[in-house]
Amino acid sequence: MAQLNMVQAINQALAEEMARDDRVLLLGEDVGRNGGVFRVTEGLQERFGAERVLDTPLCESAIVGAAIGMAAYGLRPVPEIQFMGFAYSAFEQLFAHAARLRSRSRGRFSCPLVVRTPYGGGIKAPELHEESTEALFCQIPGLKVVVPSGPYVAKGLLLAALRDPDPVLFLEPTRLYRLLREEVPEGEYLVELGRARVARPGKSVTVVAWGSMLERVLKSVEGYDAEVLDLLTLNPFDIEGVINSVRKTGRLVIVHEAAKTCGFGAEVAATVAEEAILYLRGPILRVTAPDVPVPLGKLIDYYLPGPVQIRAALDEVLQY
Amino acid sequence: MPEELIADFQVKRLQVLNERGEADPEFMPELSEAVIWRMYELMLLSRIFDERAVALQREGRIGTYPSIQGQEAAQVGSAFALTQKDWVFPSFREMGVHLTLGYPIPQILMYWGGDERAQKVPSHLNIFPFCVAVASQIPQAVGAALAARYRRDPVAVVTYFGDGATSKGDFHEGMNMAGVFNLPLVFICQNNQWAISVPLKSQTASASLAQKAIAYGFEGVQVDGNDIFAVYRATRQALEKARSGAGPTFIECLTYRMADHTTADDAGRYRSPEEVATWRARDPILRLERFLEGRGVWSPEKREEAAAKAAGIVDEGIREMEAQPPPAAAELFEEVLATLTPRQAGQRKVQ
Repeated sequence: MAQLNMVQAINQALAEEMARDDRVLLLGEDVGRNGGVFRVTEGLQERFGAERVLDTPLCESAIVGAAIGMAAYGLRPVPEIQFMGFAYSAFEQLFAHAARLRSRSRGRFSCPLVVRTPYGGGIKAPELHEESTEALFCQIPGLKVVVPSGPYVAKGLLLAALRDPDPVLFLEPTRLYRLLREEVPEGEYLVELGRARVARPGKSVTVVAWGSMLERVLKSVEGYDAEVLDLLTLNPFDIEGVINSVRKTGRLVIVHEAAKTCGFGAEVAATVAEEAILYLRGPILRVTAPDVPVPLGKLIDYYLPGPVQIRAALDEVLQY
Repeated sequence: MPEELIADFQVKRLQVLNERGEADPEFMPELSEAVIWRMYELMLLSRIFDERAVALQREGRIGTYPSIQGQEAAQVGSAFALTQKDWVFPSFREMGVHLTLGYPIPQILMYWGGDERAQKVPSHLNIFPFCVAVASQIPQAVGAALAARYRRDPVAVVTYFGDGATSKGDFHEGMNMAGVFNLPLVFICQNNQWAISVPLKSQTASASLAQKAIAYGFEGVQVDGNDIFAVYRATRQALEKARSGAGPTFIECLTYRMADHTTADDAGRYRSPEEVATWRARDPILRLERFLEGRGVWSPEKREEAAAKAAGIVDEGIREMEAQPPPAAAELFEEVLATLTPRQAGQRKVQ
């Protein structure tokens, strides 16, 4: 089995699915000849042709809008938004159309597309290149939101997303693109959407994380009897998995790199408060970025949660 | 040479039928008398449907409704050139297109009456649901055209929108992409000269909307939108061009919104009765009647007869719409996803 990084694993998933299913097409800025600015789609236009890997003009709204038309027509488009910070101009297409087309046409049309976009901080990139506003997209009924945390799950989740009959937003943590290497089997395997993964078993505190924070959490919990849950899918998130873990540990810390107010941690915390408050020994703590715009590179390490804050939260909650 | 002319453009306007009802034989499309009468019947059906819909809203039997009055030639004329296999991406003011394509009347009324179930597009039509977010349907039409070409399907894609939509980003992004990929796509702009209270001159500084296509590298033409033959001719040509792989066309149908923006609007606040009267005199139905009268096939009695037939069809649709039982609460969850999430499934149970 090959050791692949996340860029290679995603590339392999796309290539295998395109070979298997001629409905799968890629479109976006620089995805063809250039293979994407992170090289995620490298070699795919060469292999599958310019009709299946389309270099589009610079137009995020039309990239997603066109993908909606393609999906309704019967294809399985995979639009790429070059950075999450540019997805906002496609927000209307996602919110008003992609997520509602099945419902609005009462099933006459559906919208099986996967919007891929690099997201998250810590890569010393310019403004708006390090956003993590995943929670904005989780408030859209009809849109699934998936966040891999490493190469192996990235491939399996992407294949599952590509087979899903409804639209999926697939957020690729840029900081992890080349940071981690894992064994990634060739050929098909699916990682089910909507299921969290126990990244590390433990008994005294549940730590919920996703995307690039998972790697930081795993490093930070050494020496603690912490159970780390990797959510993988944010919408719908694995309520049962989180509740079961909290019932066992009695404590919950949620770690995300987005701002605190209305971050996705709020949804997890509220759900646990509703469904498992009697199992809790202490307050639910959130370790997040502050409520400020994502800064440029020189401040980013102050912005992103790190081991110091994560351990402080663990120490606090373990006092109860 | 420090300066040279690198581009020079012309914008054409097409009119076949003048206001007196005289057709230019050079541009008159080949249409049998029976077909022209059918067009007339569809325009009347559209007008009567519209009048009934406004009345239904006034009586509280449906919700807010956007009138199409005055735009019947632009809608019937363009839709008449389509086949049922073509893909249509409408906005929300093209009920004449729906009626021409055979969209069930009860369903159109149920939609404006607030019934979700009405949104299930009949399987024999490739028409997208009504699009209320202005211009956002345009990029979707681009995608369908890309897909049709990828599949080598001999279909064309048409998207409808109004003059206000041409100010939006999605119009630009969609037109640009259609030009870059040379797509089998026809853009039909119903320039009714008013976007709620904003007149055309405040919407754009362009002398025409048709000329906007030039910047995207394809043909744009303005047609007299109250002239059904001009609209039909331009649309048919554009569709043939699209199906043959020769790329997109932008058609500006210059027409007029005779009524308020919707039943919730009062156009008297922002436009003069004189302007409205001028355009009422240019009613597209009157113009076709003058033409038919000139051919000796129209009389006020024949109009009465045709109008009674159309009213019968609409009234039957109203009866069918009102015979529908109201939707149950569980309808909220219908087709939200192929498989409901566990939380949605739980919420559905307690509804």
